[in-house]
Amino acid sequence: MTDRRLELIIGTLLRVGVALAASVVLGGGIWYLAARGMAPVDYRHFHAGPHGFGSLGMLSGPEAVMQLGLLILIATPVARVIFSLVGFALERDRVYVAITLAVLAVLVYSIGSAWW
Amino acid sequence: MNVLVFSGIVFAVSALAGFLGSLTGLGGGVVVTPVLTLALGVDLHYAMGASLVSVIATSSGAAAAYVREGYSNIRVGMFLEVATTVGAVAGAFLMAAVPVAALAVTFGVVLLYSAWLALKEPKRSEAREADPLAARLKLNSSFPGPDGAVTYLVTRVKTGFGLMFGAGMLSGLLGIGSGAMKVIAMDQVMLIPFKVSTTTSNFMIGVTAAASVGIYLGKGYITPGLAMPVMLGVLAGSLVGARHLMGAKTRALRRIFAAVIAVLAMEMIYNGVSGGLK
Repeated sequence: MTDRRLELIIGTLLRVGVALAASVVLGGGIWYLAARGMAPVDYRHFHAGPHGFGSLGMLSGPEAVMQLGLLILIATPVARVIFSLVGFALERDRVYVAITLAVLAVLVYSIGSAWW
Repeated sequence: MNVLVFSGIVFAVSALAGFLGSLTGLGGGVVVTPVLTLALGVDLHYAMGASLVSVIATSSGAAAAYVREGYSNIRVGMFLEVATTVGAVAGAFLMAAVPVAALAVTFGVVLLYSAWLALKEPKRSEAREADPLAARLKLNSSFPGPDGAVTYLVTRVKTGFGLMFGAGMLSGLLGIGSGAMKVIAMDQVMLIPFKVSTTTSNFMIGVTAAASVGIYLGKGYITPGLAMPVMLGVLAGSLVGARHLMGAKTRALRRIFAAVIAVLAMEMIYNGVSGGLK
């Protein structure tokens, strides 16, 4: 494992994650527009609807599909950090394994603390 | 306005945001937030959620290209990420104790000054001796120039790391503006070439944004019907932007960067004065 190879793998990982997220959101978006395209827009006032992981079950069909795609998109930066960790471990680069672990720990802490 | 027309407008605006965001390393929030709140009357909470989605979409969309081409420096990115994520968490804790409006105005003024600074190439000759810490952390690298690989040395690593902590804290406190400070710290302080600075910032902002996404999702700021056109538009724009960066002249990129930063600065001052940031 070299840095260049790690870059190529991370690049591919990002591309696949983004393509997957985009296709799911696009699919849900077309369904959403077909179903609700003529309805009036209302984002003027904030009212917390279904939120968090459990929201997938409570949203309407097209909204749940779009939310799923968004969650895939949101997972790509986290996946990138996890993969860098594996890559640096394969390079036997202890300093960067420690650095990446620290970033991952903060990510897990801040995503986790908001949820639980 | 019906959902179809609204989604079309948001898609177009987001495409522009993704294009500018990927070229400057600033993410798409600079454009998305004010258009949604001021022009389309969207509530600030939803706009903040949409802005966060736009940052992650710009970052992941363009980073795929930048990392493969060898522009983004993943070691610099990962090392500085420690400071920005810890700073972001610290900022979220400090939110209750800090006068956010005053901070927004102050930061806006600092950004206006930075926009002017960013127009010029920093003097690289005097600080040319390498920082031993950069060598130890393997931060020195190269990027694809017009005539083959251009190598560069990274300087003032500790100062840069400290500034990144500040950048993270600001993003936790104000929600936006962390990309601007990242690029400025890398470009002006650490003397990293401009294209590497912007693409590495682009690589980093997605991770910093992911650190606050849990809070946003938990509070219900991210609503799928609004996030859908934002995400698709930003992705389309960022892919076009990433394709343009390779051939773009650094001078032109600096001008675009300065202009976007200046707009961001005025947004912050406006928000601070009008009390929009709470």
